[in-house]
Amino acid sequence: MSTSGLEDLYREIILDHYRNPRNRGSMDVPPSQRIEAYNPLCGDEVVVYLLENNGVLEDIKIEGQGCSISQSSASLMSAAVKGKTTEEARKIISDFKKLMSIHESRMEDTKDIDSGNANNSVDSDDTAADGINENEIGSADDAQMDVDLDAMGELAALQGVVRFPVRIKCAILAWNALAEGLDEIEVSADHPGTSK
Amino acid sequence: MKDATTTTQLDVEAIKQDFPLLSKGFHGESIVYLDSAASSQRPTCVIDTMSGYYNYSHANVHRGVYKLAEEADRLYENARMAAGRFIGAPDPAREIVFTKNATEAINLIAYSWGMHRLHEGDVVVVTEIDHHANLVPWIMLHEARGVELRVIPMRDDYLLDLDNLEETVDGAKLVACTLMSNVLGTIPPFRKIADAAHNAGAIVVADGAQLVPHAHVDVQELGCDFLAFSGHKMLGPTGIGVLWGKADLLDSMPPFMGGGGMILDVKFEGIVPAEIPTRFEAGTPPIAEAVGLTAAIEYLDKIGMDNIIRHDTELTAYTIESLKETFGGDITIMGPDTTENRGGVISLALKDIHPHDLAQVLDESNVCIRAGHHCAKPLMRRLGTSATARASFYLYNDTSDTDRLIEALAKAASIFG
Ligand SMILES: Cc1ncc(COP(=O)(O)O)c(C=O)c1O
Repeated sequence: MSTSGLEDLYREIILDHYRNPRNRGSMDVPPSQRIEAYNPLCGDEVVVYLLENNGVLEDIKIEGQGCSISQSSASLMSAAVKGKTTEEARKIISDFKKLMSIHESRMEDTKDIDSGNANNSVDSDDTAADGINENEIGSADDAQMDVDLDAMGELAALQGVVRFPVRIKCAILAWNALAEGLDEIEVSADHPGTSK
Repeated sequence: MKDATTTTQLDVEAIKQDFPLLSKGFHGESIVYLDSAASSQRPTCVIDTMSGYYNYSHANVHRGVYKLAEEADRLYENARMAAGRFIGAPDPAREIVFTKNATEAINLIAYSWGMHRLHEGDVVVVTEIDHHANLVPWIMLHEARGVELRVIPMRDDYLLDLDNLEETVDGAKLVACTLMSNVLGTIPPFRKIADAAHNAGAIVVADGAQLVPHAHVDVQELGCDFLAFSGHKMLGPTGIGVLWGKADLLDSMPPFMGGGGMILDVKFEGIVPAEIPTRFEAGTPPIAEAVGLTAAIEYLDKIGMDNIIRHDTELTAYTIESLKETFGGDITIMGPDTTENRGGVISLALKDIHPHDLAQVLDESNVCIRAGHHCAKPLMRRLGTSATARASFYLYNDTSDTDRLIEALAKAASIFG
């Protein structure tokens, strides 16, 4: 085994975001949205606070604890989507998931996958993180190919994670929370007055 | 455990030769396997015995009249005797029940004994350091039956706090305790707990999943009423576990699962359960696994359990000392700071490197350790963490494995420096 895989995983940008996480903290709920994501595999925990105004993510804050990949990914994500429109944020999520070689169609199917699959085991040491299933993780190349790495900026530093399938669950944790938050924002925009 | 003068040093080099993974490597690269607490490797003789059985001796048990089936039957019952003798069971032929694993063995007690004997308000005592296998079945009884759970807490030195033992077990119906923690290595003073429990009129369940593979365990010396352990942690195959129970207790219990093999008679109005132990072995049992377990027990006996625990203890002491010497204040060991009453399991933290990152970096050097909650969430909560990195030893590990562990840890320290 070469060490290059490891260097690829723990790039300087990742370690920097791990040591000095951006947008750390919390916000009042409401007006902000609070979403929690949890990875039973290593006990990683990410809490995302979203403050949306007129379709723009005016502010984002991150709390939580866990391994370097889950926490740096959350930090990188917060930097990438802050100040962006919800539409742009969705595009970034989708690009990031492509980077992780998770096929878009399957990603969206996740919620429909019925209770018979591995997502259900809660106590096993290799439980999939919320919303992500082993089956969705494609081979490293096919999905990653159509991602414009240059356009992704610092996020591209996380591409090395793909070589370590177990760690994809760590990397994707915050992103699932963000996607969930955007869904909630959409729902409350459709039904004004029903938001908390 | 006998004193050190009656034990002999293990010839680990020779032992490694019995384990192709360890002597020949993983995809051709030498590997340091420090995860035997999760599952051990198995020697070639165990695998050969099982394939010999499958090739030449297999038939279903308990039903055939032909010689082949008789042979399978004999081999299966031999395994029962071997497992019973291994733990000092007074009456192995009646007291050993084969299950799928230690977890199923404990669930058998909870469902068969617990569901029939425990009612709302009855007290079950567990410990803070136990594995989910010896907690969840009892918590489920709490939820389903309103059974009251009491917990023996852990002290800051990672030993059980037995100061209030008498009060805690007072009025209890059942006390469940591990023989060795799979996270801390702690070996609790089980006899003391069992005596207090018996004085209070409770029965006692011992989780032997960690200790039985590593030390001489005798159910009569322990003073337990039930003992559970797994084949795959003691050089045997996966898919087989053992429940030992006192004959009169087992005899008083209703079946656990229903099906073929566990009945004397079946009418639409009702069943007549079989005698023990077959009463608890519904369906085709793990026959080849039982045969493999016999071979594992013979292998362990040949090496000697007293030699194994001494080896574990010495290697653990060497490792803890080396860790402290190399990393000083950067290393935290979550486990008793003694060699007595401590097994070969070391949970550690290096600086504030997350256990998952640590395990990942170690893997790059082919050092296999486990990172996670180790199925002991209440203990993690007590330790104030969500996960630990854990190295665990067995008879095929030696100081060269420790040295490679430390090298790999140093690398992690430099990456996350
Ligand atoms: C202390 C302890 N008890 C019980 C078990 C459960 O063993 P199994 O998974 O083989 O049922 C384990 C295994 O990790 C253990 O360490």
